Amino acid sequence: MTPRRSIATRLAVAIALVLAAGGVAVTVAAFAYGRQAADEAYDRLLASAAFEMTRSVSVVDGELVVDLPVSAFEILALAPDDRVFYRVFTPNGETLTGYDLAPPPRPPQDAPTFYDSHYLDAPIRLAAMRRVFAERAFFGEVLVVVGQTLEARSALAWDIAGKALVIAGAAGVLLIVLAAFAVNASLGPLRRIERALAARDPTDLTPLDVAAPKEVQAMVAAIDRFMGRLSRRVTGMQTLIADATHQLRTPVAALRAQASLAGAETDPAALRAIAERIERRAIGLGRLTDQLLNEALIFHRADAAPRERLDLRTVAIQASEETDHDLDSDGSSLRLDLPEDPVMVLGDGLSLVEAVKNLINNGFRYGAPPVTISVTGGAVPSIAVSDRGAGLPETDWAAAGSRFARTAGSKPDSAGLGLAIVRAVAESHGGRLAFSRRPNGDFTAAIEVPAAEETAS
Amino acid sequence: MRLVALLIFCLTATKAAGQEAVAFFGATEERAVTTLTIHGSTDIGPFTPILEGFAKTDPTLRIRYEQRSTNDIYQLAAKACGEGRAAADLLISSSIDQQVKLVNDGCAEPHAAAARATPAWARWRNEIFGLTLEPAVMVYNRELLPPDKVPQSRFDLIDLLRAPESALVGRIATYDIERSGLGYLFAFADYQQAATFGRLIEAFSRANVVATCCSAEIIDGVANGRYLLGYNLLGSYALARAAADPRIGVIAPEDYTLLLSRAALTPRHAETPGAAKRFIEFALSPKGKRLLSEASLIVAFDAGAADDAPAIRATQSSLRPIALTPALLVGLDRHKRKLFLDVWKSGIAGSATNAE
Repeated sequence: MTPRRSIATRLAVAIALVLAAGGVAVTVAAFAYGRQAADEAYDRLLASAAFEMTRSVSVVDGELVVDLPVSAFEILALAPDDRVFYRVFTPNGETLTGYDLAPPPRPPQDAPTFYDSHYLDAPIRLAAMRRVFAERAFFGEVLVVVGQTLEARSALAWDIAGKALVIAGAAGVLLIVLAAFAVNASLGPLRRIERALAARDPTDLTPLDVAAPKEVQAMVAAIDRFMGRLSRRVTGMQTLIADATHQLRTPVAALRAQASLAGAETDPAALRAIAERIERRAIGLGRLTDQLLNEALIFHRADAAPRERLDLRTVAIQASEETDHDLDSDGSSLRLDLPEDPVMVLGDGLSLVEAVKNLINNGFRYGAPPVTISVTGGAVPSIAVSDRGAGLPETDWAAAGSRFARTAGSKPDSAGLGLAIVRAVAESHGGRLAFSRRPNGDFTAAIEVPAAEETAS
Repeated sequence: MRLVALLIFCLTATKAAGQEAVAFFGATEERAVTTLTIHGSTDIGPFTPILEGFAKTDPTLRIRYEQRSTNDIYQLAAKACGEGRAAADLLISSSIDQQVKLVNDGCAEPHAAAARATPAWARWRNEIFGLTLEPAVMVYNRELLPPDKVPQSRFDLIDLLRAPESALVGRIATYDIERSGLGYLFAFADYQQAATFGRLIEAFSRANVVATCCSAEIIDGVANGRYLLGYNLLGSYALARAAADPRIGVIAPEDYTLLLSRAALTPRHAETPGAAKRFIEFALSPKGKRLLSEASLIVAFDAGAADDAPAIRATQSSLRPIALTPALLVGLDRHKRKLFLDVWKSGIAGSATNAE
């Protein structure tokens, strides 16, 4: 597994992208703002110059006369290096004085107005202003146009934008520094977990004791769950080995004793009796081995097998079909009591079937037929096996299912493993093993499992 | 073809149309690698030292200096600019308003290096540079005008003109501003400078001021006693003449003295803009300035100097440089010019206008 890019790198890239996008946006905004501010500032100069020029127009002897004011040019000289263009139009659009090439506003608009244009090849900005004469000698409207090249505007716009960008750049650098601190601080818990894991004893499977923020807590919980599972598996395995050693030693010793007895026996009748005992012991040993292997399987599946949606009725039917026919000799003493509707739970079918089979076996072996498998739905679905026998005495109900609990009802060839498996299955499904006695005296052992939540699928 | 024809014409004829004189400096035609053509309004004489001084900086350089009238320089340049070519490589004119108009019309090349060597008022847009420093002065006849009567300011002059039976009546001259660009420039600057302008015009009118052409004529007239006083003459000519002729006295008016700086610009599309720019830099360098002041084109102001020294008495606070700004365009406006000339003529009306 090659390591993916580090979180710090990812964050750095993400922050860099955000800052770059922000930087582009700020740059565009700064230039737009600079341009606008410069335009506003210098448009005022143009407007004042244009205003002064309109005031300088007078009517003398019925003729329009422009007494061009020097002050208007001094105002325009506040943009010191910009070329100046002006033009005064008569009401019929002829040039009264000024630059013939200075363009009028197009389309003609209500003055005062500002507009961009060109004087020859030079981009210029112009202001247009009107003055209406209503005199005896002259009636009409004079249009004054004043324009300037854009050098001072551009310089101011660049200046404003440049300063804005310097501030934005400084803010960006500050953000990067703060982000570096923030990333470092937020990656702290991960480093603490790493250190805690590294410092831990290889056999220590207890939950991690690391203070972690909510986001990382999920990971810590996952690690803890994993370690819990590992711990249960290791314990289960150790127990199984201990069980097997303990359980198998006695019957094997008994077999050896019988076999040595047979070696010394000469009486054919006695020899046959010994052979029968050896056979019984061997059958018992076989069953015990089965149960031990079953138990190992169930313990494994309890944690490892994926949970799927399944119908408890199917479990019941499957269990009844797989029941040892030796037990149900007449084929009529095993009954099924199933509801009409499916009873859906989340679980591992194989474990459940195995558990129910164990209960059925117990019913036949220690109880009295007929044995009934019943399934009930509702809030807590259960699959129960009942028989006519005396069942477990109530005092043992709580302890039943503990490994090798030798109860009053146990027989010598029972290892007491059956109920332990059932209980393990029930608990691994988040349920429990419950005993009860029916009103009619039937003894019932039920596996109660939480209902599967209804899913849309 | 036309350009070639024009060149041949210029080389063969010593004096082409519009040219007052033409002179060559530096390398001979055969050895010249670059030829710098200058259109200047300054007389060749006073301008020779600086041209020779510049020619020495580059042995392969040939300078063709065409002395032309200011209007000629402007019209040739404006026409050439409109046609996307240049009439010359360098234009140096005392009609700084016309030079500023050429810059405003986008006919000049920028030259950033020269801008650093020029005060702010003597440049605009890094395209036009004032090379000289010449005051507008009053010139008087030292023999005919008693020292106690010599006006030191415009107020003195007005008083003198208003005095009953003034000796100056009919014997005071100034430029005919309708014909002299420089006279117009000075008169327009007077009009902008002070409230004395109206009274001055009125006094001129009483004294039958003579409006005539050309510095040289007026100064000649003052020297030979035809005029007692000349008003608003270019100090460079006056000081040069005064240095050689003890009859001529020069006064920088105390109330304010206008300062003109001849403006140089390199037209766009000039053939040898590099040489033109180098000339501007040379003229602004300490060496160039020394050559110009030796020719009285940069006038030194020294309050303690004697009357006949090349320096002229004036206080710094009274100096009014005519700045190279677009405000100079106002005087060129056709309406404004007509209005201003009307005002001027109303004062000069009835006075003996010396036509030629």
